[in-house]
Amino acid sequence: MEHNYPIKRIVDDKGFLVDMSFQKQIDEQLVRNLYYHMLRIRTFDRKAINLQRQGRLGTYAPFEGQEAAQVGSALALNAEDWVFPTYRDHGATITFGKNMATTFLYWNGRVEGCVAPADKNIFPPAVPIATQLPHAVGAAWAEKRRGTQNAAIAYFGDGATSEGDFHEGLNFASVFKVPVVFFNQNNGYAISVPIEKQMNSATIAQKSVAYGMPGYRIDGNDCFAVYFETKKAFDYARSGNGPTLIEAVTWRKGAHTTADDPSKYRSEEQGKNFVDPLIRLELFMKNYGYWNDEWIQAAQEKTTSEVEAAVVEMEKFPPPNVADVFDHVYAEMPAQLVEQKQAYLAHLGRL
Amino acid sequence: MTQLKEPNRKNETTKLMTLIQAINDGMRLILAEDNRTIILGEDIGKNGGVFRATEGLQEQFGDDRVVDTPLSEAGIIGTSIGLAVNGFRPVAEIQFLGFIYPAYEQIMTHVSRIRMRSMSRFTVPMVIRAPYGAGIRAPEIHSDSTEILFTHMPGIKVVCPSTPYDAKGLLIAAMEDPDPVLVLEPMKNYRSKREEVPVGKYTVEIGKGKIVREGSDVTLIAWGAMISIAEKAAEQAEKQGISCEIIDLRTLYPIDRDIIAESVQKTTRAVIIHEAHHTGGLGNDIVSIINDTSFLYLRAPIERVTGFDVPVPFFTLEEHYLPTPARVVEGIEKVLHF
Repeated sequence: MEHNYPIKRIVDDKGFLVDMSFQKQIDEQLVRNLYYHMLRIRTFDRKAINLQRQGRLGTYAPFEGQEAAQVGSALALNAEDWVFPTYRDHGATITFGKNMATTFLYWNGRVEGCVAPADKNIFPPAVPIATQLPHAVGAAWAEKRRGTQNAAIAYFGDGATSEGDFHEGLNFASVFKVPVVFFNQNNGYAISVPIEKQMNSATIAQKSVAYGMPGYRIDGNDCFAVYFETKKAFDYARSGNGPTLIEAVTWRKGAHTTADDPSKYRSEEQGKNFVDPLIRLELFMKNYGYWNDEWIQAAQEKTTSEVEAAVVEMEKFPPPNVADVFDHVYAEMPAQLVEQKQAYLAHLGRL
Repeated sequence: MTQLKEPNRKNETTKLMTLIQAINDGMRLILAEDNRTIILGEDIGKNGGVFRATEGLQEQFGDDRVVDTPLSEAGIIGTSIGLAVNGFRPVAEIQFLGFIYPAYEQIMTHVSRIRMRSMSRFTVPMVIRAPYGAGIRAPEIHSDSTEILFTHMPGIKVVCPSTPYDAKGLLIAAMEDPDPVLVLEPMKNYRSKREEVPVGKYTVEIGKGKIVREGSDVTLIAWGAMISIAEKAAEQAEKQGISCEIIDLRTLYPIDRDIIAESVQKTTRAVIIHEAHHTGGLGNDIVSIINDTSFLYLRAPIERVTGFDVPVPFFTLEEHYLPTPARVVEGIEKVLHF
């Protein structure tokens, strides 16, 4: 099966175009946009790890190594599309328009961190694995029924393909031909379990065959391959053809979360064959004359100050409101809950 | 000891309906009125549902509004969540409550908490309909009564009508509710009784129980298929001169605590009847409600007549699992002669 799903690349590890047909579609604006956002979320990611180490943030799920997959796919969306992320896809959601300080708040145990800007259809991150796939199908189905051109993307990892909801989501999407893109980041490991222990199939992309939908296997560290293949899948969806499964092959450079120690299950050598997505783009930019020291420096300064400002905003955020424990469970609070809330607030008042 | 009269519906056009017809009628009305409504489930389209709850609806409203789905409970509930957060009002049929468990994760982790997790930015105004209960000689696993799994779950409401009138009214209320509602439909009552049901739209308020029989010596608290058991027990008890009041709870979350407290304070005794398993059953919550509201009024410990702590047996033995009028009468005698 593997030979049916060769890894699609546009740029190789040394930053040279391998598919010249994209030469005209790649311009300075796209290159800078991709680089800027990848740099921006990497700066965020590293800052988050530091904050966690300093006790200023809760347990955090880093995504370093997956920036091309997350930025390339998020930039391929239209503003009105729906995004159904997991807990490791905040690189994608920040790129799509989620507020950075809000994202820090999520990792600091604040429910406010789940709330996206009103004009962005970003679902709270799915924590139970693969459960978001059917949600994306439903939201996309609603768009189809309204006759819009909007579509949905569901992000998920390699481990998610073992869950029932993965199959149920793909099956529903293909039966009802809904405009959804299933975007898999195969980062090699589900916490400690490697892909070869996760499944007996050679690729994730081939699972699309079972659902009669197109499946593509792409180099998830090649931001151009990710961007153009995702765009293609969205065009296909918007034209009424239904879902696509994309397997973006990438590598989680760090731990599963800041509470995880990958040296227990991975050797230092593993993952060395993956060229860092930012380094790859940097090489491309140098090879093709897009590199501009001044612009790079400005981008670094801008992203660093944005992240620092987001940290300040997160840390200045008003303390959590106890009423929020009770206030968003029902539209109208049942009498027993009103009583529980009042009794607890009264108890706090007596302390 | 008078049987309460049905509400005065003289001015309404009514039609004789079974419970299942009333459910069908409620869905038909809302499908016609609100184009956001979409019905999903297994065999609900051409076949009209295994119990015919959706009979004729696909014909009338089309296969994109009354949708035969793949055989996939988590898929039905999961896609309904997406439809609901994106403006639709799905009504998902789970063929039998005993088959809802694959969807339990979706209900527990998403249906019931998207409002909370998104601080009300995203809501899931959906209805899940599920036939439940034993006593119809169904194959195994088809007879579960596991309402407690859902009443324990914050963020969802649970209703359980016992009559055609309440079934239609509660279903419409559920379909118009801004939050998810699980509608448990007693299979045993689907065709057991016909009554005059208004053909127009009306609702029965979620969270309100109903006194279905007035009495003065003991309060029987039940819902769904257990109401007829309570009624039979009350009739037998009456022959011994015992006057039973019966509460049809109708909503299992949020429970109508006032109706329980008021009745128990009057009768000073209570027997709770449910077909779900004994341990952790909703009866325990009702005991707590009586404890919290009416402890000093009680003249006897509260009695519970329930299913046992065993899986619902195969149907040749199900009559020994389900509460019977005779068991309820024993419970009544116990609280009367404490």
